[in-house]
Amino acid sequence: MALSSRHLLGLYGVPKEDIQLILDTATTFREVLERPIKKVPTLQGKTIVNLFYENSTRTRISFELAQKRLSADTINFSTSTSSTKKGETFKDTVRNIEAMKVDMIVVRHQSAGVPHFLTRITKANIINAGDGLHEHPTQALLDMYSIREKFGTLKGLNICIVGDIAHSRVAMSNIFGLKTMGANVSVCGPSTMIPMGIESLGVKVLNDIDKAIANNDVLNVLRIQLERDAGRRIPTTREYHNYFGITTERIERNNKNIVILHPGPINRGVEISSEVADGPYQIILDQVTNGVAIRMAVLYLLGTMVN
Amino acid sequence: MKIILKQVILFNPYQKLNEKNDLLIEDGIIKKIGGLTDEEWKSSKIFDFENKYCVPGLFDMHVHLREPGREDEETIETGCNAAAAGGFTEIACMPNTNPCIENAEVVRFIKDKAQHHLVEVYPIGAATVERKGEALSPMYELFEAGAVAFSDDGNAIKNAGILRHALEYSKMFDAPIIEHCEDESLSNGAMNEGVVSTILGLPAIPNIAEDLIVIRDILMAEFTGAKVHIAHVSSKNAVEFIRQAKKKNIKVTAEVTPHHFTLTDESLKTYDTNFKMSPPLRTQEDIDAIIEGLKDGTIDCIASDHAPHSIEEKEMEFIFAPNGIIGLETQLGLALSELVHKKHLSFSQLIEKLSINPRKILNLPVPLIKTGEKANLTIIDPDLIWTVDVSKFKSKSKNSPFDKRLLTGKSLAVINKGKMFFEDKFFDI
Repeated sequence: MALSSRHLLGLYGVPKEDIQLILDTATTFREVLERPIKKVPTLQGKTIVNLFYENSTRTRISFELAQKRLSADTINFSTSTSSTKKGETFKDTVRNIEAMKVDMIVVRHQSAGVPHFLTRITKANIINAGDGLHEHPTQALLDMYSIREKFGTLKGLNICIVGDIAHSRVAMSNIFGLKTMGANVSVCGPSTMIPMGIESLGVKVLNDIDKAIANNDVLNVLRIQLERDAGRRIPTTREYHNYFGITTERIERNNKNIVILHPGPINRGVEISSEVADGPYQIILDQVTNGVAIRMAVLYLLGTMVN
Repeated sequence: MKIILKQVILFNPYQKLNEKNDLLIEDGIIKKIGGLTDEEWKSSKIFDFENKYCVPGLFDMHVHLREPGREDEETIETGCNAAAAGGFTEIACMPNTNPCIENAEVVRFIKDKAQHHLVEVYPIGAATVERKGEALSPMYELFEAGAVAFSDDGNAIKNAGILRHALEYSKMFDAPIIEHCEDESLSNGAMNEGVVSTILGLPAIPNIAEDLIVIRDILMAEFTGAKVHIAHVSSKNAVEFIRQAKKKNIKVTAEVTPHHFTLTDESLKTYDTNFKMSPPLRTQEDIDAIIEGLKDGTIDCIASDHAPHSIEEKEMEFIFAPNGIIGLETQLGLALSELVHKKHLSFSQLIEKLSINPRKILNLPVPLIKTGEKANLTIIDPDLIWTVDVSKFKSKSKNSPFDKRLLTGKSLAVINKGKMFFEDKFFDI
């Protein structure tokens, strides 16, 4: 079995079989992570560049760890400044890196579409580690993996994504992936944070968090990104917490069987209370562990593909 | 030199002319139509354009020539060459050069540079100093030097009070203010706002950013009694607002670009920056409204918004890439393919929108196909099938989303100022 594309640019349009293959492959690697020696020689001799143009700690570490577990050689290129601002074009930077004979590029960038652009200017396999407000496919895959681990399936589950949908690449990848896998997806948040046309993607829109908790099996709670545009879309974080925050009281009142995911980092007391973030409903740390397995699966499937 | 256009269809809706005949041009003047003598046939260079159309030279009233300032992207010379190759004998160029067109010297510089070219260039002056929207430019001086209209193109005139005065002032010499309609507080984006921008995760610009300024400008045109020309209309509501304004006899005119009646925001799905433009590509609903507007005369003319950008500038991260595409060499082919061959417009309506109406808007004479008149002509084969190849374009830049597209209809030759462009060559006639 092989993936239908030699890149992972997003989950939009990715066939069910590919997602299934990645999730199943991750199950094997999840087992590797439990061994005393957590390393396999699968990508020995492959060179992978982690091209991070935007600050990231957990995603970069997760990818790097996944690469090391697969015995690949890795190079980290991190900058929070666009190359264009330094006088060199992004294309030139990438061409230089490629000239060092790399096989795969894991890219995070503040501009949507950069992974697509990379496929046109390099021969390497490209993995999107988050591009602007577009997609973050490995995060969605690890979310799906964690949900599947909990429920045994994704098909028919009611899953609601809560928060700033308009500014979330995690939300978009989750919507595309979960819909493909047969889940019923809804979004919940203030109207200012719901992007235009989302209903036409087959997603239900809610503005009432109590209903969202009552009617769903899973809530995927997003971080309110105050450093981006979110601050202009809600009056105060206090008001947001009062009307959309996930608290133990709300959960116990509406649905004690709910499972809470959060991609991190958490704004405690804003989108989620500390009690919930550390409590019995959440599977947040499972997500982190599963993230390494998912990234190993993606790297393995793309890295061993015969081009 | 004498040339004969043999058995060409002489076509000018402005004169209600539609006849097949031989046309003799001598020293750039239309000497005779039909009834040519043996001597005239013998002593002339003959161009067999049988069943091809000969129309008054096409006019593009929205072109960016980049000189002075960005000669690496386009010069007056290369822009004029591109215009001739696209079938245009006259163009008007926007003021967002560096320095911008805000004093008589720059107007004269542009006119001087184009003086010996077949293509006539009419500069459009900045409406405000440095196009900042804060203080009026010396419009009278610009007008006297040869500016035919005023615009802060790239932006709307931000301040309504300044817009009012710009309109009142320009009314003295009946020149239109050309407006790029976009409310900046709503336009901080890289594409049209809708389901496609949601899927692509790109910051987006809603239609209402355009609609608000169109409404403001229409009201201001009514209030001042001056002329407003709405550049590159892209939204459905804007078309309707202009339609209603025209019914009230408000002095408003409008143009649309070929890309706005050809492409939707779906084209951006590959993040190709050649589809990034301002205003952004909208939806099929907007295209349908634009085509209706073209049909019923709400939209007066078609203009390219020819915006050359270097490859280095366009080949970068989508949100950092500049807006705009080149259009002079694809405009006629796209208009014929998408509007005439799909039966939205007649050939006659198309010629009005590509030749006659732009001149009327800018108060310039429409060339006549008549004995004694200067020959200012475009020869068109509306059925010629050709493939767009940007590598062969005369424009210095290559930023076109239409590369490799199959089009039906092309200009074969242009004649103006005693010169002819035919089969890729310029020569005196």
